[in-house]
Amino acid sequence: MKAKLVRFGVFTLTALLALAMSAGVGAAEDIKLGVAGAHSGDLASYGIPSIRAAELVAKEMNARGGVLGRQITILTEDDVCKPEVATNTATKLVSGGVPVVLGHICSGATKAALGIYNASNVVVLSPSATNPALTQSGDYPNFFRTIASDDAQARLEVDFATDRLGLKKLAVIHDKGDYGKGLAEFAKKFIEESDKAEVVLYEGVTPGAVDYSAIVQKIRHSGAEGVIFGGYHPEASKIVMGMRRKRMGTVLISDDGVKDDTFIKVAKEYAEGVYATGPRDTSQNPLAIKAVKEHQETYGADPGAFYLNAYAGTMALLNAIEKAGSTDYEAVTKALRSEWVETPLGKISFDERGDAIGVGFSMYQVRNGVYIEVK
Amino acid sequence: MEYFLELFLGGLTRGSIYALIALGYTMVYGIIELINFAHGEIYMIGAFTALIFASVFTLLGFNDLSILLLASLAAVTWASAYGYTIEKLAYKPLRKAPRLSALISAIGMSIFLQNYVLLAQTSDFLPFPRLIPHFSFMDPIVHVIGSAELVILITTAVVMIALTLLIKFTKLGKAMRATAQDRDMALLSGVNINKVISFTFIIGSFTAAVGGVLIASHIGMINFYIGFIAGIKAFTAAVLGGIGSVPGAVLGGMVLGWTESFATGYVSSDYEDVFAFSLLVLILIFRPEGILGRSTTQKV
Repeated sequence: MKAKLVRFGVFTLTALLALAMSAGVGAAEDIKLGVAGAHSGDLASYGIPSIRAAELVAKEMNARGGVLGRQITILTEDDVCKPEVATNTATKLVSGGVPVVLGHICSGATKAALGIYNASNVVVLSPSATNPALTQSGDYPNFFRTIASDDAQARLEVDFATDRLGLKKLAVIHDKGDYGKGLAEFAKKFIEESDKAEVVLYEGVTPGAVDYSAIVQKIRHSGAEGVIFGGYHPEASKIVMGMRRKRMGTVLISDDGVKDDTFIKVAKEYAEGVYATGPRDTSQNPLAIKAVKEHQETYGADPGAFYLNAYAGTMALLNAIEKAGSTDYEAVTKALRSEWVETPLGKISFDERGDAIGVGFSMYQVRNGVYIEVK
Repeated sequence: MEYFLELFLGGLTRGSIYALIALGYTMVYGIIELINFAHGEIYMIGAFTALIFASVFTLLGFNDLSILLLASLAAVTWASAYGYTIEKLAYKPLRKAPRLSALISAIGMSIFLQNYVLLAQTSDFLPFPRLIPHFSFMDPIVHVIGSAELVILITTAVVMIALTLLIKFTKLGKAMRATAQDRDMALLSGVNINKVISFTFIIGSFTAAVGGVLIASHIGMINFYIGFIAGIKAFTAAVLGGIGSVPGAVLGGMVLGWTESFATGYVSSDYEDVFAFSLLVLILIFRPEGILGRSTTQKV
């Protein structure tokens, strides 16, 4: 309770400060940037970093004279990651007159709020909602995100297997876990939809089993040219070791649960040539380095989850408003889809559905004992 | 037919892995009617010891064969010391207590050892060196069996035969059987039952450590939790074959391995455990004492 009061106090103060600042500038009306997400409760650690990212970007922009000569003020609303609260949050932000919102954080809350924003022509950009349907359903033309959706890895794996490697027969194996099985289901769906290859085997293995020789034999007899595995490295290394010891050259393509150095250490020479998807490396990006440094200087700590995604999202939103020349809904969404912007995640733009192009996963391959990005 | 043979041999390998661990379970149960849940942890500790010694010997530049032998020797000695100590600490004080107390003590020991290794080592998977030299067979055979699998098969057979001979024909074996039949009577006839029980634990831990070294070397990785998973399956194998019976543990392991292998091969690996445990339920309904177990009247 006390923490809430303090936080409330901080919010009021920032709001007052923002007001005072805007009063000082006078003339043109401020551009209001809504920031919605979990700012208190269990999942606050996912939401707070996006407020900080928005504030840091806005501060820098304001110091440079704002966007279109107008200052940016930030309006935060807490949805505690609950769908039933999120509708309320959205209504408050809409009635507060925001043209663009950075948020929400959780997929469920985002989905609940999107209808309200859509009806009021408010652009929404989430740094963290990964549910595939948010963009793929086509129901929310006002929605954008700077994070890859849950099925992005499966999509990349399947495209890589069929287009780059030209494989026609694929086995899809998973470890029966939420992560592995979810990924395998997407991979299976994408292969079937693409018509470029067929799924010759789709099965789950028991994690931790002492021996996978039966499933390896089954893969061999299915005639699969490649295996797409959804799961983690202990199972992947047992499967690849089993295949290589039985002199099978079957390609193994897996996910970021396998893109782990332990995998290479365990499977040793058998790991050579294995493909795995992993998050695109941003650690060398100068903007990312700068964004992290700003956070450390302002808050005295390393940034939390989705900070860079939120930072990039805020930059993309403000850039779109600048390029559009107004906060008009049609103009801003068009600019988001057509303009490219340099962000801590790299140079990004958005596709028709609202997913960021240039964000997400890359394919890596084990070569000489290290994962190398496959260009 | 080729596919059938592959699955058969795959099941045999998997089964002999279970059997190697199940032998220790069944030995201890046969003598003192205690399900030693810490047995899986002994197996895990054996593997960790071998890993540590193998790393040291590799640094010292020993050749492969001597590393395998020395590391196994260290693992076996260390694991036997653990088995001996566990019995003295956790089970001996409870020998007169209700059987449930000793069982709870065994579960507690298992949890303690897991967490001890978790804290002392790491929670991550550690790569385990391939101590069994890998050599490839000719073309049709290479798809069916590898050198590590062959070594595991042979070791299981050797350990089983040695244990059977030990129990049947040695003086210690006779004392073991006497202790198993009636502890008080054995004591009255001059059998040092403390010594016999200690020996049982040492032999059980010995087989577990051998299993730990071979299996870890086959799989190529270990962590603190491998003992639990392997232990559950080995325990199932021991019950399936008739707990207390040495050949029963091996047969139980094989049956379990084949069931899983054929279930994966002909149905789906999603249902591997379903088939394995359905079989266990069926066998326990129709032969409650297990495949090779002797039916004993319950002592109340």
